[in-house]
Amino acid sequence: MDELPIQSGDDVVRVRQHVRILAAKSGLSLVDQTKVVTAASELARNALVYGGGGMARVEVVTSATGRNGVRVDFTDDGPGIGDVDLALTDGWTSGAGLGLGLSGARRLVDEFELTSKAGAGTSVVIVKWSR
Amino acid sequence: MERVPILKIGSTLFVSIQIDLQDETVIRLQEDLATELVATRATGVIIDITAVEIVDSFIGRMLTMIGSISRLFDAETVLVGMRPAVAITLTELGLSLRGVRTALNAEKGLELLSGSS
Repeated sequence: MDELPIQSGDDVVRVRQHVRILAAKSGLSLVDQTKVVTAASELARNALVYGGGGMARVEVVTSATGRNGVRVDFTDDGPGIGDVDLALTDGWTSGAGLGLGLSGARRLVDEFELTSKAGAGTSVVIVKWSR
Repeated sequence: MERVPILKIGSTLFVSIQIDLQDETVIRLQEDLATELVATRATGVIIDITAVEIVDSFIGRMLTMIGSISRLFDAETVLVGMRPAVAITLTELGLSLRGVRTALNAEKGLELLSGSS
């Protein structure tokens, strides 16, 4: 598993590049690579902007049925999300954004698990499987 | 932070994005374009994203804003060269880039601009 810090805009770009490399390695199509990299970009930015920085852990995983995929685990120690369901609603934003980052990222991947508590940081795990 | 160069050809400003965009770079591009639009009185902006591998919600919003800003300076913006995978992803993300005109490539973009002036 590769650990990448998210402390600056440059780091967000590095996370994208790294996810791209492992997505290609796990055999995802170009469209699926683009989807998971875009989702990773949204989540890395969230960790930076709303979480005050964090960490991305990227790895190639294999499913029970033998399919390869890429898994990314984002964590931050920020203020957390009080209402997770609300935060996952299209168009809802706590900042100046469009409110598509979190909900859009969820649509772009196969598995999406968000764990957060107000005051205790946020963790988002995404997986995209090859077809 | 890297900067995206802006070229003036005739009455059109050409921007070809060849780097991995980070948020600050896009914000800077927006400011640079506004300055150039005033300085050059250009009537059109072509943004070539052939080399851009992903457009996420922030970058998409900034591109839409560049379109709105140029309109305030009486210039039309055309986004050209979007990769098929980027188009599919943007749509699934829920981003419509409303208000920004698009064309298949730079040549078609120029035709669009000359037809609209």
